[in-house]
Amino acid sequence: MSHLQILKDLDIDFMGKRYVAAAASGGLLLLFLLSMLFRGFDFGLDFTGGTVIELGYSEPVEVVDVSATLSDGGFPEAVVQHFGSRTDILIRLPPVEEGEAQSAQRSDEVVRVLRQDAVGEIELRRVEFVGPQVGEELREQGGLAVLFALIGILIYVAVRFEWRFALGAVAALVHDVIFTIGIFSIFQIEFDLTVLAAVLAVIGYSLNDTIVVFDRIRENFRKMRKGDVIEVCNRSINQTLSRTIITSGTTLLVLLALYFLGGEAIAGFSLALIIGVVVGTYSTIYIATAMAVWLGVSRQDLLAPPPVKEGEVLDDRP
Amino acid sequence: MNHYPLWKNLLILSVVLVGLLFALPNLFPQDPSVLVTGTRNNPVNDASAAEIAASMENAGVPVKGIETLPDDKLLVRFKTPSEQLRGGEVMARTLADRYNSALATAPDLPGWLEALGAQPMFLGLDLRGGIHVLIDVDMDAAVDQALERYAGDIRTELRKQKIRYLTITRDDGRVAVRFKAEETRDEAEKLIRREFRDLTVETGRDGGDWFVYGGLPPQLQEEVKDFALEQNITTLRNRVNALGVAEPIIQRQGERRIIVQLPGAQDPARLKELLGATATLEYRLVDTEHDVRDALDGRVPVGAALYRERDGQPILLKRRVIVTGDQITDASAGFDQQSGSPAVFVNLDGQGARRMRNVTTENVGKPMAVVFIESRTITRMVDGEPVKERQRTEEVISVANILEPFGRRFQTTGLDSSDEAHNLALLLRAGALAAPIEIVEERTIGPSLGQDNIDQGFRSVMIGLLLVVIFMALYYKVFGLVADLVLVVNLVMIVSVLSALQATLTMPGIAGIVLTVGMAVDANVLIFERIREEIRNGSSPQASIHAGYDKALSTIVDANITTLIAAVVLFSFGTGPIKGFAVTLFIGILTSMFTAILGSRALINLIYGGRRVKKLAI
Repeated sequence: MSHLQILKDLDIDFMGKRYVAAAASGGLLLLFLLSMLFRGFDFGLDFTGGTVIELGYSEPVEVVDVSATLSDGGFPEAVVQHFGSRTDILIRLPPVEEGEAQSAQRSDEVVRVLRQDAVGEIELRRVEFVGPQVGEELREQGGLAVLFALIGILIYVAVRFEWRFALGAVAALVHDVIFTIGIFSIFQIEFDLTVLAAVLAVIGYSLNDTIVVFDRIRENFRKMRKGDVIEVCNRSINQTLSRTIITSGTTLLVLLALYFLGGEAIAGFSLALIIGVVVGTYSTIYIATAMAVWLGVSRQDLLAPPPVKEGEVLDDRP
Repeated sequence: MNHYPLWKNLLILSVVLVGLLFALPNLFPQDPSVLVTGTRNNPVNDASAAEIAASMENAGVPVKGIETLPDDKLLVRFKTPSEQLRGGEVMARTLADRYNSALATAPDLPGWLEALGAQPMFLGLDLRGGIHVLIDVDMDAAVDQALERYAGDIRTELRKQKIRYLTITRDDGRVAVRFKAEETRDEAEKLIRREFRDLTVETGRDGGDWFVYGGLPPQLQEEVKDFALEQNITTLRNRVNALGVAEPIIQRQGERRIIVQLPGAQDPARLKELLGATATLEYRLVDTEHDVRDALDGRVPVGAALYRERDGQPILLKRRVIVTGDQITDASAGFDQQSGSPAVFVNLDGQGARRMRNVTTENVGKPMAVVFIESRTITRMVDGEPVKERQRTEEVISVANILEPFGRRFQTTGLDSSDEAHNLALLLRAGALAAPIEIVEERTIGPSLGQDNIDQGFRSVMIGLLLVVIFMALYYKVFGLVADLVLVVNLVMIVSVLSALQATLTMPGIAGIVLTVGMAVDANVLIFERIREEIRNGSSPQASIHAGYDKALSTIVDANITTLIAAVVLFSFGTGPIKGFAVTLFIGILTSMFTAILGSRALINLIYGGRRVKKLAI
């Protein structure tokens, strides 16, 4: 055939290297877990509570000057930095300390203090305030959301395929989640609400990938009369590999556009998805499939007729 | 083979056309405009439209058009934002006493499109700029207040029946009435059971005293909380409306939270001050029989309480309140005729007016005090746990001798400034908060940042889309072009569903669209790879197309359903920004299944179906 193809009739022995991969994954996961345990996360405002104020000055300003003004005005704890340009200032008020009162009015006070002292105009570009109780709730809800997504998926895959596949798929998802947030922990990249959304999207994406391979394994078990489990899995992964790479590739293209052009607000979101897409592709092969094999998935488990055949509904007419 | 019946092609075509139609309003420019709303006594009508037109002409502000909208509203359109601002100022000046006016934007749609109910997408605050606050209502305080009311009613009832009690206190979530003897206790128990049927009544004995306890049953507690939340929403709505912001959103979230969103508003300090304010008034008689100095030494006489005036002077007031802020039905700010100092003119409801008349008639010549009460709730961290704390300040703002009995309407002076008088009048008019509130989250986005977000979002969607389109066309040739076309249609469909549902589009929502673009091609990639495989296995072109679509289908459905599960979970657990992401992801998955499976098949059928094909351009 003359069509353009990235990969031609591959026959890579993916499953042969599964122990090497398992060791590598295991090592990295351990590293990430340790980092999460000891370094923790650079949680964003959404989870810690606190105040962020972004101001646009009409004239360029120095961080030290703004800092000094705030210090004199009763906010020695304020952290000031430039944001994008020399006229843009980002001020962070840390979440409250023990015994201190926190209120939504602190940002107004900050703006008032700065405006009193400023030479030119100050435009209020953004204020975000999250009270301590809301931060705590969001952390809790975030954890629950991940948990419920995993449970929902476990049930769906178990019903549509088989429990060994379901466990394999969920193991891969857990792997991807730990991997993605582990990188955020090791490099201390800010972890905010949008990153959490991205982690959930990673779950959806990674599973998408896993399902495609599982689907093919199921089909091949029925079709290939010969060949053991390892051979069938290898064959299936090879057959779906070009699709895997193209889809990951197009998704990555879009994500890179989002990362570089989408602005500060969703940079963390895009980064988490970029990590997730790469890791999700790997985990389909070496976690999901390898786990199902290790749990002893066999031809007999999948020979029962599929529950629903949606194909019939959309069939064409002569 | 590979031929869709006509009805199926028509169905797909009509879905796409309807989609295009509902996406269309997004292409029209938005007019800067001012929304004029009538008040209870002053509905807007054609005469007001003419009046506005005339005043705009006087001020030299060109108007693009004036429309009457349903629900007693007028929309005044301008050509430029600066004309909108000037026009808004003129209207605020000339109409303020009768109408509310607010800056807004309105799409300039042709009549037929408007008649269809088509509207552009509803942009979230992160894209259009504005203020979002999340308010927590102190439910424990609401229950406490209800108990306090019951305690007062029980006290009145016992007195009326001349049953002697020792004390009435609130403790541990119930009202405790203490008696000296068992017989009086039993008598009181019977009375309370009869008169307060909705309370759970228990009796007990502690030391030498006998008790009757009245508690709120769980169901009643729920009612009290529910009522407090609803009442607070009403009050907040009244207060927000006074600010003059178009399309404010005030809604309940969960059991104890209220969301307030003001698109386009830019003064969070003023909003927060107004929302959180609990200023109210109380009218009390001054206790002239006792000496203030005794009270200062800690011997406050029974039935009296120690207050301070604004200048710090101590003063003794009677404990019994004549009238509270709840009984004020209307209030307006103005100036005292004689002294010219700022004043608030107050109207009382029937019950309040009656009490005021009785008390003032009996006490002509004696001094009466006006107490200004303000409270706020703050959260403090204690041992790592957030703890709510209420701070209440009560100041006596004026003391004057009662010259003659008061009626329904009178004035109160002693305010610091006319600003304070204005704020107090507004708060009294809007009604009191039924339970204290605290702002627990704020997100304010300035208008320029909102526009930046739109631009960046739009650019990344376009560039991402372009990259994918180029790749697909190169890699899959004719099939790739088909995939590209359905991808663009998919994008239009997402926009159209978002517009039709008026779901809020946020920045993460745009990210969701971008992600769907990346993933939407997946379905087509799956199908095309299958077709290639079939060709490699030696199937005929037509059979390959057929088998490709057929075999890929269950995979696509399975894969998409799992992503849908993630989207639904995100939606139900997420707040604001995350919900936006979940909504577009959800809609995107559904539309992409439609376009990538049905849409692309229809096109491929039209191109290759029903004829001899030697080779597929794939």
